[in-house]
Amino acid sequence: MTITDDVRSGTDDAGRTEFVSGPWQDSIDLRDFIQRNYTPYLGDASFLAGATARTTGIWDKLSAMFPEERRKGVYDVDATTPSSITAHAPGYIDQANEVIVGLQTDAPLKRAIMPFGGWRMVATSLETYGYPVSPELEKIFTDYRKTHNTAVFDAYTPAVRRARSSHLITGLPDAYGRGRIIGDYRRVALYGVDALIAGKKNDRAEIDMEPSTEDVIRAREENSEQIRALKELIQMAASYGSDISKPATTAREAVQWLYFAYLGAVKEQNGAAMSFGRNAAFLDAYIERDMAAGILNEEGAQELIDDLVIKLRIVRFLRTPEYDEIFAGDPTWVTESLAGIGEDGRPLVTKTTFRFLQTLYNIGAAPEPNLTVLWSDALPEGFKRFCAQVSIDTSAIQFESDEIIRAEMGDDAAIACCVSPMRVGKQMQFFGARVNAVKALLYSINGGKDEVSGKQIAPATVPNAEEVLTYDTVFPAYLETLEWLAETYVTALNCIHYMHDKYAYERLEMALHDKEIIRTLACGIAGLSVVADSLSAIKYATVRPVRDETGLVVDYTIEGEFPQFGNDDDRVDTIAVDVMERFMKMIRKHPTYRGAIHTQSILTITSNVVYGKATGNTPDGRRAGESFAPGANPMNGRDTHGMLASALSVAKLPYSEAQDGISLTNTVVPSGLGHTKEEQITSLVGLIDAFTSATGYHINVNVLNRDTLEDAMAHPENYPQLTIRVSGYAVNFVRLTREQQMDVISRTFHSH
Amino acid sequence: MPAVNLGLPSAGVAVSLMDGSSVSSEQADLAELHHLEMEAIHNGTVASVHSWELVTAVDGPGTRLTLFLSGCLLRCQYCHNPDTWKMKDGLLTTLDDLVARVKRYKGVFDSTGGGLTISGGEPLMQPAFVTRLFEECHKLGVHTTLDTSGFLGKSASDKLLDNLDLVLLDVKSGLPETYKEVTGRDLAPTIAFGDRLSERNIPVWARFVLVPGLTDAVDNVDAVAEIVSRWPNVERVEVLPFHQMGEDKWDRLNIPYPLHGSNPPDEALLERVRGQFEARGLTVF
Repeated sequence: MTITDDVRSGTDDAGRTEFVSGPWQDSIDLRDFIQRNYTPYLGDASFLAGATARTTGIWDKLSAMFPEERRKGVYDVDATTPSSITAHAPGYIDQANEVIVGLQTDAPLKRAIMPFGGWRMVATSLETYGYPVSPELEKIFTDYRKTHNTAVFDAYTPAVRRARSSHLITGLPDAYGRGRIIGDYRRVALYGVDALIAGKKNDRAEIDMEPSTEDVIRAREENSEQIRALKELIQMAASYGSDISKPATTAREAVQWLYFAYLGAVKEQNGAAMSFGRNAAFLDAYIERDMAAGILNEEGAQELIDDLVIKLRIVRFLRTPEYDEIFAGDPTWVTESLAGIGEDGRPLVTKTTFRFLQTLYNIGAAPEPNLTVLWSDALPEGFKRFCAQVSIDTSAIQFESDEIIRAEMGDDAAIACCVSPMRVGKQMQFFGARVNAVKALLYSINGGKDEVSGKQIAPATVPNAEEVLTYDTVFPAYLETLEWLAETYVTALNCIHYMHDKYAYERLEMALHDKEIIRTLACGIAGLSVVADSLSAIKYATVRPVRDETGLVVDYTIEGEFPQFGNDDDRVDTIAVDVMERFMKMIRKHPTYRGAIHTQSILTITSNVVYGKATGNTPDGRRAGESFAPGANPMNGRDTHGMLASALSVAKLPYSEAQDGISLTNTVVPSGLGHTKEEQITSLVGLIDAFTSATGYHINVNVLNRDTLEDAMAHPENYPQLTIRVSGYAVNFVRLTREQQMDVISRTFHSH
Repeated sequence: MPAVNLGLPSAGVAVSLMDGSSVSSEQADLAELHHLEMEAIHNGTVASVHSWELVTAVDGPGTRLTLFLSGCLLRCQYCHNPDTWKMKDGLLTTLDDLVARVKRYKGVFDSTGGGLTISGGEPLMQPAFVTRLFEECHKLGVHTTLDTSGFLGKSASDKLLDNLDLVLLDVKSGLPETYKEVTGRDLAPTIAFGDRLSERNIPVWARFVLVPGLTDAVDNVDAVAEIVSRWPNVERVEVLPFHQMGEDKWDRLNIPYPLHGSNPPDEALLERVRGQFEARGLTVF
């Protein structure tokens, strides 16, 4: 069956030519459409247009609302309408002037409540921000309608509860939406929703023929939910005056249809990361076609992208202060993956790829959307230089290795959240936050007892009794603790995702996926560099445990030098690699819910601060409560051989054992890249090339002086748009807590 | 890199410097090295190394492996690395280990247009080693840079210069008496070395550290500019504003810091001094 009956041949009334035909017309195949219809752009940034008065006007209107939002924590909340795709009436910023329309609720910056993940999260948030908690809703979501949160705790084991409350495993999506699912929102624009519903009905006919096992029954229910969500999406768009049941025909419609699809997702799901996908080359095909027909100019094309990006910048979720500690700065991870190289060698760089980056000039720097460049040294020089320029000017973009991602999952993959790659519309992940690998080391020394509370958390083992710690004693004991932790961790994640599917299923996002998809179980490690340095200290220096009156090891004295992670020194870097590989192997031993493939990330988001706060003194000399380094970063100040040496240590961590990504965040002062802007751009391009060529996976680059951040702490009102990259995402610096600001300031600022 | 700490008992070997300049015995800390180690350093198969770093946008073009050798005869008042003065304080490191590190970073150099920079201390305290390492770099197609005061320029053999792509030449002052005040040494050897580089047309980035009250006199800066402008091979002049970040190192080494309380140059002074170089048609950063 052809699913694009509507595609006419020849040209339409406005003079648009027909798209190049191919298999994408017979079944859903976005990649095929893009490959046949996109125009690579090999030039520089000189064609770009600035912001129009219309764009600036809309942004100014929002900007005037941001100070109040920052002051109060939220601008406004609709406290009584549980959100769904159709729950809220249409909302506008400035209806007469918006080119692309649609808001999560009926007004900009007004947050919705999404209780299906958990009622506690909603109630606590409302109480925090001074909104009344509706007794009626409370009754519904405690007495009548079970939430994901309640269900997960019904299934947790005592070991999981212990590990969770002792901060050995934290940040788990058991009280909030898991996120990290990217709907293929482009499908709505290319095919129209009617065709997608027809496709889902075909899927259903196949599922109906299968025997009614538990898996099949669940698949049928999910399929029905998906179709229901698609129908609601049509209704929602209709309330804004658009008929998205049919394919988009113009560039504006393509952008609008795409955005409606995404909007439906963020109306319904408060996922930790609600990423956007890989849309630039797709949209560019429509824009190029309209421009060729003479009905769109550069200014108009840029307006479409500027307006879309304005909408993506104001996606908001209602969250608790505890949540903000783990994910600081109100992030939404509207990650848009840009560029990369196609499998045929043509760069997936289009003029629209540039236009997305240009928004950082037209409407100023901002953390969202999380613009992520899939970097290859084979990208066109003009594009590489523009990326470096934008990075130096805004510190708002991040870079991930296109070579690694393409080799693993082809050229139509996108990043969810910070560093998690997935094939768009064909793969999702079960987000699993992370374990505190440092605490696990301390537990192994203390026979499974918590070094802060003294409670027995891990199974009791013989505590270390050595005067001087030896590697041969400590390391095997550590592995034993990790084995238990891996089992407990997978148990927790299986419970979470079973219940999430059951009680907070992402029906619209999954409607924009294939019938058969790849699922990954995304585990993670926090504190890898502290573990590596601690084990290195035990191996190369003299480390004596200090015990309190109960025999609990609460501190360590260190004599002598030891190699530290982040200096391209194999003696310690191999320890980090070894720990990471071994933990991955341990994770793989345990069966997963829905046959998900085990992966892990070396990423902390901003939880490196809370993890550190909950962790006692460590054998590397780190003091109790001190933050861990973010992601896979070396500990602050210990990487003394330059930014690239630091990065090359991280690049040794093999992607094959951390397929959910390895995050590195570096800060360099502007003069550390060269005297002139041209020199700085050349240097940064070279550094990213060098890092990715050495199999580095991900790098955030901040180009900043410490003085700037200190001044922003003192005078936040002067820095409303100061953006910095923290760990796989960017934040408005002034929206971080003081503690997190101090963490950022105490990181290594490389001066060259 | 595997390295041996040179904390060995002194063997009291006499040291003669290649440039023939007189060196007072207390500065010839080389004498404290074991004679076998001295011999290896003379042969250039090992070096006394303070540290290494991968740096960008300083010490030459691109991203560079900068190797800081230990040992220097100058005692610049503004030195920010007084911990590199004594050769005995370095780690004895073999040529092979350093060549391996250069090889490891070949990809980095290719991506960034970088290479190896040997700095210090004063690298020309260990000229045989520098010669060998530069030769190895050129075999690997790696760009080489020498960061030197030029005071020991005579120690640099023609063979060393054959494998040298760029010199960062520190002209610490233009007036001989100021030079002496700043460094405790003579200016003439630096000029002679610069002339030699000029004859061989080896590119030079001249550097001048601007210290208010010490090197900032108009005639002193003019004298530097005059010296530099007669070398057509000078591609750029870098005016480096003095900073106080070295002071804690002096304190840790228990050496009285002569510039305690001195201020970095202000924008106006920097502009004036850069202007003095620019007036002679030089490219100034």
